[in-house]
Amino acid sequence: MAVKVLHPGLATTVQDLGRPGYFHLGIPIGGAMDRLAMRAANMLVGNDEGAAGLEAVFVGPKLEFTQDAVIAVTGAEMPVKVDGDEKPTWTAIRIKSGQVLSFDFLKSGARICLAIAGGIDVPEALGSRSTYPIGALGGLEGRAIAEGDSLPIGKAGTVKEGQAVPAALRRTPGNPAELRVLPGLYWHRITEEAGRNFFDDEWKVAPEADRMGYRFCGGRALEFVDREPPFGAGSDPSNVVDCCYPYGSIQVPGGTEPIILHRDAVSGGGYFMLGTIISADMDLIGQLQPHTPTKFVRVTMNEALKARADRKSVLNAIRTSLE
Amino acid sequence: MQNRYSFGGDEHLFVECSEEMSLEAFFKSLSMTNAIRDSKIMGITELCPANASFQVKFDPDVIHPDEILREVQEIEKAAEKTEPRINTRIIEIPVYYQDPWTHETLMRFRERHQNPDATDLEYAAEVNGFASVKEFIEAHSGAPWFVSMVGFVSGLPFMYQMVDRPRQIQVPKYLRPRTDTPKLTVGYGGCFSCIYSVRGAGGYQMFGITPMPIYDPNQETSYLKDFMVFFKPGDIVKFRPIERDEYDQCVDDVEQGKFWPRMHDVTFDLHEFQQNIDNYNSKLEGMINGG
Repeated sequence: MAVKVLHPGLATTVQDLGRPGYFHLGIPIGGAMDRLAMRAANMLVGNDEGAAGLEAVFVGPKLEFTQDAVIAVTGAEMPVKVDGDEKPTWTAIRIKSGQVLSFDFLKSGARICLAIAGGIDVPEALGSRSTYPIGALGGLEGRAIAEGDSLPIGKAGTVKEGQAVPAALRRTPGNPAELRVLPGLYWHRITEEAGRNFFDDEWKVAPEADRMGYRFCGGRALEFVDREPPFGAGSDPSNVVDCCYPYGSIQVPGGTEPIILHRDAVSGGGYFMLGTIISADMDLIGQLQPHTPTKFVRVTMNEALKARADRKSVLNAIRTSLE
Repeated sequence: MQNRYSFGGDEHLFVECSEEMSLEAFFKSLSMTNAIRDSKIMGITELCPANASFQVKFDPDVIHPDEILREVQEIEKAAEKTEPRINTRIIEIPVYYQDPWTHETLMRFRERHQNPDATDLEYAAEVNGFASVKEFIEAHSGAPWFVSMVGFVSGLPFMYQMVDRPRQIQVPKYLRPRTDTPKLTVGYGGCFSCIYSVRGAGGYQMFGITPMPIYDPNQETSYLKDFMVFFKPGDIVKFRPIERDEYDQCVDDVEQGKFWPRMHDVTFDLHEFQQNIDNYNSKLEGMINGG
């Protein structure tokens, strides 16, 4: 069975929970930006949580089904339509052969996850079906889906049609969005005052925000501590000898606009980083639209670990509610 | 040389061996990541060596951050007592310097360059005090390079030349990055050479091109059938200048599955290297042909 792409949307890619293990060769983990949404969508349609689905940003695709199927759409709020009739999100819905799935304008958030019972059955590349377009790897021929494509679908398991994730367990960014940061890495490169300003200022998501990284603007420029440039670092005060970049790390080239590296991160480079977004808040970033006001909130390691545990219990609550 | 430790969120331990680049710092980063890999500490999910630092990704549900820090610090202490020696391989990479494709590209982006009236090679030769491009190419291809980091994007090697500090070439990156770089361009930025594994944006100066693919997601290239990425951190690279005829021949051979990179397993000993760099490098280069 297959799904025909009538319209691909803006940048719709096949994603699962990523391909860990190759970052030391410059191949990032990838996978759904909003992991919890992808897991929930898969649970709703009876898939393994790591099955491959579609991730669409800002604009949903238009798809024709050539066989009956059960699907679920989670993540951003974007009205779901089957042959023009609106259907609920975060819910397992049935589609009949010949019907067309489409989407209305985005209401909130940035990315939807679409799971189809059976999962999208493209071949695995390095243990994952996630699309990494820069490396032409994974997904459908290593690229975003295009008009006329046919998406192969695997064999579906048992599905309880109509079941839904309770509204209280759907996580969305607030306004302003709050992203928790553990300072570190090259934090010592900026002055104490610059460090305070970074957390005091309200930032906005810049238009350059994609799977590789999210750029922010609107806060005060950072002042650096004076130094003699170390050999090999480069002359700009924001330069360091090229090093590894953690997922979620916040680099500030030239001290002006922070960039948070996300799932398709470059693995390293020569810009200092002042800290890292904690793992519990990475999903939220994928749901931020350009111009969203954002506050960075300073936390300790213990708070980061507590937030991680809290997020895990939400995931467990979703699992329990769908059993 | 004392490491500096810091956490990158709740999933990464960042370890800086030295603030400045040196062969010693790279060697420490590489040998510590090797030792950590061998130690099989539970909860480590990924190890990324870089030029003068490295990163340990871990699962905090399996190992507490304080615990991983303590374990890695123990390995640093033990590493001080071990012989600085690694088993690796030396690889010859043919380079067509001053090729028409990087030349065409650099001409398109002249307004982003420090010296719009010179080529990237002319500029690099000048700022490093070489009398001619020819002499500069002799220096670039004259001594081998350590692959000190693989990354940025898929399979791209950063390389640091195995010469003492006064002979290190340094070239600033473009003033503003280009939006295009031919695939397999041999580039230079700061004190690092690189090979662009895929076509795309880039800020490094462009010196030439190699006919030898280093990343193949379809794994069709003869020597990339087992794994799609060619380079590993710790590889030793020797560039060999080639002309157009040989370049075309190599491209043909690659397409027909007949091209095999010339390479050989070697042991690198930092102390022996430091005693007489040029002699040691000559011995290494001799190994390319099987010693």
